[in-house]
Amino acid sequence: MSTGNIQDFLGNIAEIGPMYPFVGWEWLFTLLCFVFWIGWHSWQIRHESREFREEAENYISKEILERVSDREAADPDVH
Amino acid sequence: MANELTALSTIFTEFYYWVTVVFMFLIHVGFCIYEVGVSRRKNHMHTLMKNTMIVPLVTVTFYLFGWWIYSAFPNGPFIIGDLVEAPWATPWSELMGSHMGGVPASAGLTADDTASWARLNGVLWAAFLLFSWTAASIVSGACIERIRSNAFWILAVLIGSVMWIIDAAWGWHPQGWMVQILGYHDAYASGVIHAIAGGFALGILVVLGPRIGRFREDGSPRVIPQHNPWLTTVGLFLIYTGFWGFYAACNIPILDVQQGDSIFFSATNIYLVPTTLSAITFNFLMSLAGGLMAGYIVSKGDAFWTYSSGLAGIIAASAGNDLYHPIQAMFIAAAGVVFMYKMHHWVEQKFKIDDAVGAVAVHGYAGFFGVCIAGFVLWGYPSSPNPEYAVITPWGQIAGAIIMFWVLGFAPAFLVAKLLAKLNMLRIPMEIELVGLDVALEIKAEIAAKDLIGAEREKAAAIGID
Repeated sequence: MSTGNIQDFLGNIAEIGPMYPFVGWEWLFTLLCFVFWIGWHSWQIRHESREFREEAENYISKEILERVSDREAADPDVH
Repeated sequence: MANELTALSTIFTEFYYWVTVVFMFLIHVGFCIYEVGVSRRKNHMHTLMKNTMIVPLVTVTFYLFGWWIYSAFPNGPFIIGDLVEAPWATPWSELMGSHMGGVPASAGLTADDTASWARLNGVLWAAFLLFSWTAASIVSGACIERIRSNAFWILAVLIGSVMWIIDAAWGWHPQGWMVQILGYHDAYASGVIHAIAGGFALGILVVLGPRIGRFREDGSPRVIPQHNPWLTTVGLFLIYTGFWGFYAACNIPILDVQQGDSIFFSATNIYLVPTTLSAITFNFLMSLAGGLMAGYIVSKGDAFWTYSSGLAGIIAASAGNDLYHPIQAMFIAAAGVVFMYKMHHWVEQKFKIDDAVGAVAVHGYAGFFGVCIAGFVLWGYPSSPNPEYAVITPWGQIAGAIIMFWVLGFAPAFLVAKLLAKLNMLRIPMEIELVGLDVALEIKAEIAAKDLIGAEREKAAAIGID
């Protein structure tokens, strides 16, 4: 059993072509890569919207806003 | 590789680009540090993550289609010709993986393709990819503290893996149609990276709007203090450092440039015109110096603008830095800095544009200036070794600058940002903007810290420490 075309490095090195496993299945790798990329954006968009909803429900208050504002005013850290 | 000379030049070229990639990584580190330094404490982690995730997203998409666009689009397509065959650059190509350059396993590739691309495809792909990260990262800083990450990452893919690489195929490819028809010359990417990224950032900012409180009711701007100017300036220093790799990656290190039967090996610029690393080293440093000196004067010693002006100076001289005299490079850099600084403040006042890090100015206006000025200073120079291509002219360069900044930069960003805004996906909710993007992280950290301290106090009491 072998996943690739390389059996040994004893022959003419100049004749060696692709060295990765499963040569010939590149179209499938590409498809999986594309799905992974689009799927990632899809998940992230939903995750971020959910996160903002939860934050607005649980963490937004006058007290927190004042605390953040006071800290920003007291600590601009310009030096 | 059958002989030592071929092996040496090929493996040297492979190693050369590999090293440029390592240097250019520092640009991204610098941008992350710089943005976090500029952002307010309540937004640090989101600002960092927004920029960090450019790396994987642009990498994956540049693998899927960005690299192919560069090789396939020099004719437009359909401006001066069809799509160009580029079988080594498709994501399913065997040459997009480990390969010794031997017999091709797939149809569509020739033995010549595999012999020439097996060792150079990955390192050239990576060098261009690092330019892609830079383009997206330039845009990132302009819209901090109010853009949704999901919107920014869609826009980052658009600039990093589509728009900038189209302009590279048009104006930064030895056979690009802009080089052939306009005589477009942009050796170190004043336009093809910086002007387009600046224009793209402006297109987003027009739709996104300013941060809450940035402008008074009378329209005058308020200062939003940087959280940490030291971090900002260290970030800019790192960007300077990475810029060395950027400059090196814009060259081909060794090529026979002699027409006819003789042989003469030299480094070349991206258009295959001979140059030397010595020349660009002079010009890189002299344009940095001109930018810093002019920036110090025009901003009256403001650290943020002085550092930014060093970068803007290099960008303003970059289009012609393969050919300028070093003192020309210095004065062009200085003039470019004055132009971008004045433009930034005029646009800010006039149009209420909140460019948080000055990215539109440093990259967009300085890059636009750099492309145009090269047309006057290098007027009549050949744009290519091919004598049939147009020579460098002011009108060719001005047209090129407009294509970069407005057509490929501003317009697509404006349209996509409009669409995202319509879908309510562009800007973060106002209440989150007020308390900061890191509000949940901070409160959860506070609860965790209190919990831990409580446990520690209990333990202390148990062993008799009160």
